[in-house]
Amino acid sequence: MGGFPTLLYKELLRFWKVSFQTVAAPVLTALLYLVVFAYALGDRVRMFEQVSYAQFLVPGLVMMSVLQNAFANSSSSLIQSKVSGNLVFMMLPPISYLEFFGAYVLASMVRGLVVGTGVLLVTVWFVDLHVAAPAWVLLFALLGAAILGALGLIAGIWADRFEQIAAFQNFVILPLTFLSGVFYSIHSLPALWQAASHLNPFFYMIDGFRFGFFGVSDFPPRASLAVVAVSFALLSSACLLLLRSGYKLRQ
Amino acid sequence: MVAGTPAMTFAIEALNVEKRYGALHALAGVSLAIAEGEFFGLLGPNGAGKTTLISIIAGLVRASAGQVRVMGADVVSDYRRSRRMLGVVPQELVFDPFFSVRETLRLQSGYFGLRSNDAWIDEVMHHLDLVSKADANMRTLSGGMKRRVLVAQALVHRPPVIVLDEPTAGVDVGLRQGLWQFIRRLNRDGHTIVLTTHYLEEAEELCDRIAMLKAGRIVALDSTRNLLETFSGLVLKLRLDRDALPDGLEATQISAEGGRFTLRLRDYNALEQVLHRVRETGAAIKELELEPPDLEDVFLRVMEKH
Ligand SMILES: Nc1ncnc2c1ncn2[C@@H]1O[C@H](COP(=O)(O)OP(=O)(O)OP(=O)(O)O)[C@@H](O)[C@H]1O
Ligand SMILES: [Mg+2]
Repeated sequence: MGGFPTLLYKELLRFWKVSFQTVAAPVLTALLYLVVFAYALGDRVRMFEQVSYAQFLVPGLVMMSVLQNAFANSSSSLIQSKVSGNLVFMMLPPISYLEFFGAYVLASMVRGLVVGTGVLLVTVWFVDLHVAAPAWVLLFALLGAAILGALGLIAGIWADRFEQIAAFQNFVILPLTFLSGVFYSIHSLPALWQAASHLNPFFYMIDGFRFGFFGVSDFPPRASLAVVAVSFALLSSACLLLLRSGYKLRQ
Repeated sequence: MVAGTPAMTFAIEALNVEKRYGALHALAGVSLAIAEGEFFGLLGPNGAGKTTLISIIAGLVRASAGQVRVMGADVVSDYRRSRRMLGVVPQELVFDPFFSVRETLRLQSGYFGLRSNDAWIDEVMHHLDLVSKADANMRTLSGGMKRRVLVAQALVHRPPVIVLDEPTAGVDVGLRQGLWQFIRRLNRDGHTIVLTTHYLEEAEELCDRIAMLKAGRIVALDSTRNLLETFSGLVLKLRLDRDALPDGLEATQISAEGGRFTLRLRDYNALEQVLHRVRETGAAIKELELEPPDLEDVFLRVMEKH
């Protein structure tokens, strides 16, 4: 047996040991969003028929937490190992680039799903929610987390300093999630912005995820699934190519 | 020892290894064969390329040209086998602040696919005097303690070839002795040891064979004994009953102070000649002290020459 199970275990242990910061904090953040937006806007806004704004918001917040935390896990773990130099302990053993990819992405997915589940468990106390199609919920959550885990790994491979990861988070991940329809249905946007939203891959992740809850969405869910699956295939191929080439990790 | 048949497997074999960092030629064609069971020293001034060479052997850095094999396994195409054969103690004091000493060693075992390795981990911790720190977080250890954990990490998978990149930097005398005792034992048990150090007396005492690296090239490669005999001179300390040395000595004068002279001699013939000239001039020798050749002397001469 190779090093994969241990590397996965180490990655899980790493965020679990500081779960206050890696799980509890993002759950609280999502809850604050819910309180501020849902109660401020209340019943004046309605995105779908039969769906209150608070109900509409919860799946968006859950998915946003899944995505942001999946990204944060792989990117921060790798950059920490690079900056502190302990990456050498994972580079010396006979761990293949596939095992490396698998361990980092899977651990990211677990962190994303744990936080997402946490957000869901906390918010259902405040909002009445039914799940129309659980399989779609799970499928989009898994794929979304995998995509952001792989993206975080790419960012971690590329970056040399913590600030570069922070910049990636603030200037790429955050705008893309906020503008993807977490807080609104894109049908409420002007035509130009609606069209622009369709260029944002995060839109399909959130829209498909939301379909799982309400059975309605802005975009056909199968088409969203196709976009998300292709995004995952492209990103993981790119990441695997980087890892295989040794780019930045094995000069 | 080195001149084996072509079929012989070397512990480490490097062929024309080059490494360029932009315009810098960190390694400019290094070829080296280290036999199984050797205790080998890799010496050279700062920036000579020792760590770069070790990193290439370990697969941490890819060579710009050339090939390296560990126990016959190519470090690029057969990396799974070559890395299993190799234990490396890195020069930098690195650690993962999330884990304790025991967790660190268990994780490192797991990376090599070893799931139940606690008996060996305990033994290694015992030899490196780490038992009392087993459950301490890595962050709380002193520098020397962290260095010991690095050594332990390199040994978790019982590699036949062990490379130590300045393992005794910042380590106290007690541990240094203990560490060398342990490494020597591993060597007696058949492990090949490769060592870099700036403490030359350490290398002289431990290493069977030594390579000296300068600016990415090997400038000397021989058994420690041959190096001492070929390159090293003698240092002669002399006190005469007068303030001047006789003329025409085949020796380099290092210092002279009120009848006390320190001379560097090429060999014992030069000593004969000095004594002869002193007698000829009628001077009397009050004191005479001869220092045996040491590796530091060899090192300085080799570096001067290249
Ligand atoms: N990643 C890198 N990028 C650019 N130059 C590098 C890199 N790593 C090493 N070098 C350069 O390569 C040369 C050899 O460095 P190396 O670390 O191998 O020396 P060394 O013999 O181990 O020295 P020391 O005794 O100080 O440890 C140095 O000039 C160094 O600056
Ligand atoms: Mg070095």
